[in-house]
Amino acid sequence: MAALGAPLRTLRALLRELRHAAGRSYRDSPAYRHVLEAFRAHRVTSEKLCRAQQELHFQAATYLCLLRSVREHEALHREYHGRGERSPQEVAGLVGFRLPQQPGGKG
Amino acid sequence: LWWAHSPPARFPRPPPADARGGPVGSCGRRAYAPPAERKRFYQNVSISQGEGGFEINLDHRKLKTPQAKLFTVPSEALAIAVATEWDSQKDTIKFYTMHLTTLCNTALDNPTQRNKTQLIRAAVKFLETDTVCYRVEEPPALAELQKNEWDPVVAWAEKRYNVTIGSSTSILGPNIPASTKETFVSHLASYNMWALQGIEFVITQLKSLILSMSLIDRHITVEKAVLLSRLEEEYQIRRWGNVEWAHDYDLCELRARTAAGTLFVHLCSESSTVKHKLLQD
Repeated sequence: MAALGAPLRTLRALLRELRHAAGRSYRDSPAYRHVLEAFRAHRVTSEKLCRAQQELHFQAATYLCLLRSVREHEALHREYHGRGERSPQEVAGLVGFRLPQQPGGKG
Repeated sequence: LWWAHSPPARFPRPPPADARGGPVGSCGRRAYAPPAERKRFYQNVSISQGEGGFEINLDHRKLKTPQAKLFTVPSEALAIAVATEWDSQKDTIKFYTMHLTTLCNTALDNPTQRNKTQLIRAAVKFLETDTVCYRVEEPPALAELQKNEWDPVVAWAEKRYNVTIGSSTSILGPNIPASTKETFVSHLASYNMWALQGIEFVITQLKSLILSMSLIDRHITVEKAVLLSRLEEEYQIRRWGNVEWAHDYDLCELRARTAAGTLFVHLCSESSTVKHKLLQD
């Protein structure tokens, strides 16, 4: 079984990620409610190693990884790859030139 | 003379402006790919249950796949996750971040038109070029790292599936016995078509059948599987330094796709029944 840590920690991190993803009304979102319901349903068990509980915890950890990685990937994309192409003015400016101004426009 | 034998390449026509932006069959072979970004055109995302399964509603419209089929998924949890993907889009819809939606579309449309046998064959074929079986001899630090990190996973797979896999430093790779391949073929046959699409996706991302099975059997976490898949890269990063806009970018993308694939497989192959144990006095 994978080394997952405490389920409570995973749950809190997952709910935090859902909050980032949803925005204002995150508590009413189906995902938030579903996650809480699932964790509550599997909490009460007399067995120490409940298989369903471990499966749920693994799924929650996987979903947490998905949400977190998507958010981080988007942030990196915005910072490094989101700027698009430079305009001709900017390109000329890179080497210290300026594009010529033609009175009355081109041609 | 190559130009005498092959016809000149035709540029694909720009996509027609319609709600889905999907492929048009009439203009010859076109890649199965939606446009990269679109404005968010809906306010609310909700789920409803139809005949074929769970459907996603964007305002009052029902979500469709790129091939215009109705978007239905067998699992409610999966539908909720897909709805969350759509709801978390801000001003523009970034399709490249919606991995679960993409996986569902692939499962529904099957654009490569492969049947179950072909999918399984593609998956098991990866074992011949499995990352964790390909070892280097130098630098010795990397060879040592591969031995310490990858040997346990291979050993786990051999024990769990009762097969022989081994590893190799030769360029030809390990010699996988036919019985090993057959074992994996029959194991994968127990998954349904949807789950198999997910499994094949994870294998192509991690470049390893063994790591994928280890992940799907919940033996390792997604983060660990990605780390093991990128072991040589991590070694080089530790040696030469990290480049955020390349290394972290690829790492996050790989983690996202692998996590999506794994979650997809589990949600498509589970049958959630809560068994209430009788209270014994």
